[in-house]
Amino acid sequence: MTPERLDATFAALADPTRRAILKRLASGEASVTELAEPFAISQPAISKHLKVLERAGLISRGRDAQRRPRRLEARPLAGATQWLEAYRQYWEHSFQRLDAVLDELKALEAAPPTPRKRRTKR
Amino acid sequence: MKTIGNLTITTPSDREIAMSRDFDAPRRLVFEAYTRPELLKRWLGVFGGWSLDVCEVDLKVGGAIRYVWKGTGGKQMGMSGVIRELVVPERIVSTEQFDDPWYEGDAVGTVLFTEQGGKTTLTMTVLYASKAIRDAVLESPMEQGVAASFDTLAALLAKSA
Repeated sequence: MTPERLDATFAALADPTRRAILKRLASGEASVTELAEPFAISQPAISKHLKVLERAGLISRGRDAQRRPRRLEARPLAGATQWLEAYRQYWEHSFQRLDAVLDELKALEAAPPTPRKRRTKR
Repeated sequence: MKTIGNLTITTPSDREIAMSRDFDAPRRLVFEAYTRPELLKRWLGVFGGWSLDVCEVDLKVGGAIRYVWKGTGGKQMGMSGVIRELVVPERIVSTEQFDDPWYEGDAVGTVLFTEQGGKTTLTMTVLYASKAIRDAVLESPMEQGVAASFDTLAALLAKSA
């Protein structure tokens, strides 16, 4: 997935209405009228959101020429969620390792200093 | 605010994400582990076959930071930055730009080290170029509600795969 594509996907996902639309489409394709129903916004406003989602490649139009149902396109979303999961894991794994490094540094400090030369017995 | 394990995520402004994590060590040591290359190489992004191969930190204002990670199969990821502010061992502000950027413009990271009772809280705040990018980064499955909606989608992805 290219950075430009990822940007478009993320920008599209940043809006709660658009996320709700995607969630609705996850359970099957739907017409613009059906998609507008649960929201307290106009059909043109919904169409605008659909355009953003379409440009991001997150949805496409079905074959029925009358209803023009929208359907979810899974692939770009998979790319975005994969990236986000990697982001979270990056810091969790890193900090777990940092814990171990810190334990070691603390132990080194707590240990009595090792003399460079052992005192020779006389 | 979300706490995962003891990693806490907050949004101080509409272009920022802050991460906070407690460490059982004085901040002097946490600061060292965060700025000394030989220590950074042991933890920063080091998991899942990745190693921090190049790690250079010129610890002064205007000093350069350069990280290059190497992964399995010849994968490589690099990041460069410049230190803008430095208060040892309390605070570092630096820019970050990935060689293969997934967002536009530089992000600016501020890392604060605060100590209480021998424990240190590390707070990292990243300022992104836009609210849209910040919001997108936040829409991570680590947030319960979003995770639930993504689960639905994940099931669909599995079916269409």
